[in-house]
Amino acid sequence: MNAVDFLAQTLRIAVPYLLAAGGGVLSERAGLIGLSLEGYMLGGAFCAAVGSYYAGAPWIGVVAAIVGGGLLALLYAVSAIRYKADQVVVGIAINLLAIGLTRFFLRLIFDSSSNSPRVPGFDLKGSGTGFLALAHNPLVWIGVVGIPVIAWVLYRTPFGLRVRAVGEHPAAAASVGVPVVRVRYIAVVLSGMIAGLGGAYLSLDQHQFTDGMTAGRGFIALAAIIFGRWDPMRAGLACLLFAAAETLQIQLQGTQAIPSQFVEMIPYVLTIIALAGIVGRARPPAALGRTTSE
Amino acid sequence: MRKLLILVAVLTAVHGALLFVHPSGAAVPPTGDAVDVGIVFDLGGRGDKSFNDGAYIGAERAEKELGVRVRFVEPGESADREAGLRLLAAEGMDLVIGVGFIFTDDLTQLAREYPNTRFAGVDYSVAQDKDGKVIQPPPNLAALKFREEQGSFLVGAIAALVGKSKKVGFVGGMNFPLIHKFEMGYAAGVKSVCPDCEVISQYAGVTPEAFRNPGKGKELALSQYQQGVNVIFHASGSTGLGVFEAARQTGKLAIGVDADQFKEAPGYVLTSMVKRVDNAVFDAIKRVKERHFAGGIYQYGLAEDGVGYVYDANNAKMIPAAVRTRVEALKADIVAGRINVPSTK
Repeated sequence: MNAVDFLAQTLRIAVPYLLAAGGGVLSERAGLIGLSLEGYMLGGAFCAAVGSYYAGAPWIGVVAAIVGGGLLALLYAVSAIRYKADQVVVGIAINLLAIGLTRFFLRLIFDSSSNSPRVPGFDLKGSGTGFLALAHNPLVWIGVVGIPVIAWVLYRTPFGLRVRAVGEHPAAAASVGVPVVRVRYIAVVLSGMIAGLGGAYLSLDQHQFTDGMTAGRGFIALAAIIFGRWDPMRAGLACLLFAAAETLQIQLQGTQAIPSQFVEMIPYVLTIIALAGIVGRARPPAALGRTTSE
Repeated sequence: MRKLLILVAVLTAVHGALLFVHPSGAAVPPTGDAVDVGIVFDLGGRGDKSFNDGAYIGAERAEKELGVRVRFVEPGESADREAGLRLLAAEGMDLVIGVGFIFTDDLTQLAREYPNTRFAGVDYSVAQDKDGKVIQPPPNLAALKFREEQGSFLVGAIAALVGKSKKVGFVGGMNFPLIHKFEMGYAAGVKSVCPDCEVISQYAGVTPEAFRNPGKGKELALSQYQQGVNVIFHASGSTGLGVFEAARQTGKLAIGVDADQFKEAPGYVLTSMVKRVDNAVFDAIKRVKERHFAGGIYQYGLAEDGVGYVYDANNAKMIPAAVRTRVEALKADIVAGRINVPSTK
């Protein structure tokens, strides 16, 4: 095992986390809990496979994933903002809905309850598994460059200022003329689109959709957001940290040095530590999860 | 207010009227002579190209050859599993089959509640008491078990003989005793033909999700291939699709599981360790049809043609004749009891 292999594997594992966490930060900073990131990813993964299958081009799959993730997020936004439903309840419902919908359409379109046929992906024939293959995959670039871009949008643009304002103090934001509801809708739908890209990476890299293929990655991304204290760059670093831990576990598992159970716990243990305020204070956006009471 | 009252009254009337309507075509009650069989699939469901499909094929054959009627239930999430079995049992099916180890507790419970219904569990995991003695399933429950370690032993020998690199790989799904059977048999098979070979064994996780994580499977396989492994055997459900993807990318080989998985990655699937779930399901239905069904533990091994490895026109050119001869000799040894394959860690 050399350093290049280690870094390449860390990056491969990190890309879906980065995309989901990047989207999730936008939603959470606008005051809407990103509990349904897992669902957006699963929906995105499925739409990417369908798009790529019918168009024969992975790019169409990527567009489909953006649409699919965005639609699920819109449903979440309508329920939580328009109808003031409890965000935690709706968030979980969206995840279950994504599981059910993908399975239903998998059956309808491909006549299988388990996986889709092989679809075109981005990989270059014979490019191996190192950085060359990674560099050829645009979703890797979007994942890596996306985090600083989201940080820039959040801290350096008027839209970002509005997002942060409606997440901290919506009443104050409204009093200076910020269209609170519209800003929130945009932030949530954007989060679904970006997280959908994370799902697209999974299914296009695998060249097929398989039932439940996100396997909890959306929750790891949510853990990264919290561990990164709702800051895009820190959340991105947390994603890389979690991915590195997973790589380490994969590399060391053969030697039985660390029980794999412990490594699987790392993201969640770190999240609890962050929330307990042991490493600096993790303060969520003040209005997070409170769209019901406004 | 008056509108509301009228609405309630109308709804009540409709509700009352519907009580007297018998839906046509739905749920024909089981009749006395024909044998009715209900099957509940595991996660993955139909189209998994694995044991669910195997059970389906066996049941279809029973429908054609034995003239039985089969109903399939495909549960959504885990909570519906028990409900699916219960529904079939309550409808008075002659035989209710649960496909997958996950049904073990539900089947045991229902077999006690419905002593006149017959049950069968594919991969039913038999419990042991404190002294290590096997706890027999209820008398109306047939545990259909496979000697996966025997089939895994043979593909282990193939992996070592074809791989030629002193290192062979194993990727398991969830880290628990059923999958350890595959791993231990495989490792023993490797050692039987190559005592100084190293077996790198890895698992995708510790929860049932580990059977549905192709992304993880791919990364595990890539790291093994990078360490010099040339052949990987997976026992990990759709996580194994990631192993095949890694084989495609690196140009190396993988071994499928449960069903013939050649089509998942033609040219990269050396062989598959097949579990003849279809035979086991067909047998169980046949025993009910012929009225000599009995509960207990049924073991399907190499001798019963319950497990095996794939050798056909697709992969014959990947397995040299000498390897084939050697593996067939090992198979004869196992069937004759000259080799005892370990199944636990």
